[in-house]
Amino acid sequence: MNDMRIVEREVETKAVKISARNCQVYYGETHAIKDVNIDIEDKTVTAFIGPSGCGKSTFLRCLNRMNDTIDVARVEGEILLDGEDIYDPKVDPVQLRAKVGMVFQKPNPFPKTIYDNVAYGPRIHGLAGNKADLDVIVEKSLRRGAIWDEVKDRLDAPGTGLSGGQQQRLCIARAVATEPEVLLMDEPCSALDPIATAQVEELIDELREQYSVVIVTHSMQQAARVSQKTAFFHLGNLVEFGETGQIFTNPQDPRTESYITGRIG
Amino acid sequence: MTDATANPAAAAGSPRHGSLLSQDALTKKRNAAETRFRLYGLAAVSVGILALILLLASILNNGLGSFQQTFISLDVELQEDRLDKAGNRNIEDLKKVSTFGYAPLITAAMAAKIAETGIQIEGLSAKDAGNIISKDAPAQLRDYVLANPEKIGTTVNFKVLANGRIDGYFKDRVTMASAELDSNVTPQQLMLADALKEDGVLIKGFNWGFITNPDASENRPEASGLGVAILGSLYMMLVVLILALPIGVAASIYLEEFAPKNRWTDLIEVNISNLAAVPSIVFGILGLAIFINFAGLPQSAPIVGGLVLTLMTLPTIIISTRASLKSVPPSIRDAALGVGASKMQSVFHHVLPLAAPGILTGTIIGLAQALGETAPLLLIGMVAFVREYPGAPPEGFFDPASALPVQVYNWTQRADPAFVERASGAIIVLLIFLLFMNAVAIMLRRRFERRW
Repeated sequence: MNDMRIVEREVETKAVKISARNCQVYYGETHAIKDVNIDIEDKTVTAFIGPSGCGKSTFLRCLNRMNDTIDVARVEGEILLDGEDIYDPKVDPVQLRAKVGMVFQKPNPFPKTIYDNVAYGPRIHGLAGNKADLDVIVEKSLRRGAIWDEVKDRLDAPGTGLSGGQQQRLCIARAVATEPEVLLMDEPCSALDPIATAQVEELIDELREQYSVVIVTHSMQQAARVSQKTAFFHLGNLVEFGETGQIFTNPQDPRTESYITGRIG
Repeated sequence: MTDATANPAAAAGSPRHGSLLSQDALTKKRNAAETRFRLYGLAAVSVGILALILLLASILNNGLGSFQQTFISLDVELQEDRLDKAGNRNIEDLKKVSTFGYAPLITAAMAAKIAETGIQIEGLSAKDAGNIISKDAPAQLRDYVLANPEKIGTTVNFKVLANGRIDGYFKDRVTMASAELDSNVTPQQLMLADALKEDGVLIKGFNWGFITNPDASENRPEASGLGVAILGSLYMMLVVLILALPIGVAASIYLEEFAPKNRWTDLIEVNISNLAAVPSIVFGILGLAIFINFAGLPQSAPIVGGLVLTLMTLPTIIISTRASLKSVPPSIRDAALGVGASKMQSVFHHVLPLAAPGILTGTIIGLAQALGETAPLLLIGMVAFVREYPGAPPEGFFDPASALPVQVYNWTQRADPAFVERASGAIIVLLIFLLFMNAVAIMLRRRFERRW
């Protein structure tokens, strides 16, 4: 890990995209997320780190209401996206998820063609008026997913036939095709080899120019490499949140320090 | 250490585990147990296969004969003075002549044929000679004349059915010795049949009538066929498919994907599993009480049979559909929801296509089960003797009909040994349909199965 580089990295302050206030999550009786307050900035990569079961994925899934699919999950408190409470009864999670895209831990392309994988989101949201528009969107998304050159000659091939790293980049292309404003990534590289991981990380850095990216990761090196802000979760609490360089070099909380130095987690 | 005290060699200071080249007592015992278990398994499989082979062999042995039938080729003169006294070919007048009017024509044709070939058999009366022809032949002839009235007055070559006993003689069911004791057939008739066969008048051919004819009465086994039963079964399967597939799939999708998981849905789930185990005759009683007595639908109708079989098949379809929906990986649902698809879009665009092969296989297995079901049909009157073909759907669903398994049951109850052959033949037809359906199920699964 190149610590020097991290310290010297320049971080500007940007507008707040998502802010959580006193957020609590319960799975039945279990209190999974305890009183989390966080401000996630626009055009920034924010990394969530912490030991397994600390609630970082749970909190990430709260940000686009994917927890709604779990019957016993209950969310309290406020999560504001551009100042609007996403848990307001008037909010349709479908519209929210078009605005807040998600990439999952395991690459999960649809068992359809590469083209259809990317075109699915724009189709159901009515983003393309005709086939030509759709072609443009698909190409643009695949380019943004840094996979266009590899698949441009076989858009009709099944998405499931690609390698793991290609599948994950296809999933990222699929997520950006609906023009989201926030991109949530739940351990996007945990199923990938180091080369594919490097490609995806490079891609995340490019995506930062247009989106607010939130990434959950088990790898502290990865958090240090790709993120500007880092949040450390432990046992459902948000222990520390700040500039990535500061978290890794000068943590304020003893628990963060223990985790980063490998004593817990 | 316990094994050290149990093993004197170890106590003497040799390595604790002994040589790898010789098996110790425990290993030998374990290996012997495994060998024994394999033998039990092999024996069980062999018994099953043997039973299947015996069953198939006995059915094929008994039933293949029903696809061959003995015919007699006759030149029948359609005498105008007998069939159309008025001479105006008016169809209403022609219909007034019953089969009794046609029988003498056939007897005469038979006598003429015997005279022509010069066969002489002692003690054979002209009436007996005429009786080697099926009692169904006059009806066959009458149908022909009513369809082609212009042929009256000419001589037409007919392949008429031989009597069941004569047919049985050529299938080794009837012998000269048994004919001595049989009041339905005489040895002289068999001799005549032999002679006619030599002259090429009596021929064996493929029995299309077995597939297309309706059932026939007790003393005309040679004319009986599966036409009405096949149509009835087909109509019932259509009703089952039309009702059970959408209802079953809709119910499973709701229960699996949309319904909240609480005490009520648990109760429903348990009850669906229980329904699958309810004896089919109970569904028959239910059908009798509700569809016939309460709703007033006609008896023996494929619509009632179809409704009862739908109730019976639904649990099978729901259970298999839910299983195949469950087997779709949750990551596909997440992916769809993640790009902003609604719950329904994620189910219909992604989950259902992936579950389709499983659903189709389950449905076809359910249909195959329903096709072979007999008990509930007995209770709703499909056991009746039906000679009229049901009409074309949808009205035909309300006409009386029979069903394949019920026809098998019916024929096994009859006295004439020829019906044993017919029943086995019907079983073969039923098995062919079942094999066909299962083959389609396997094909669909292969065709639509996709990796993910």
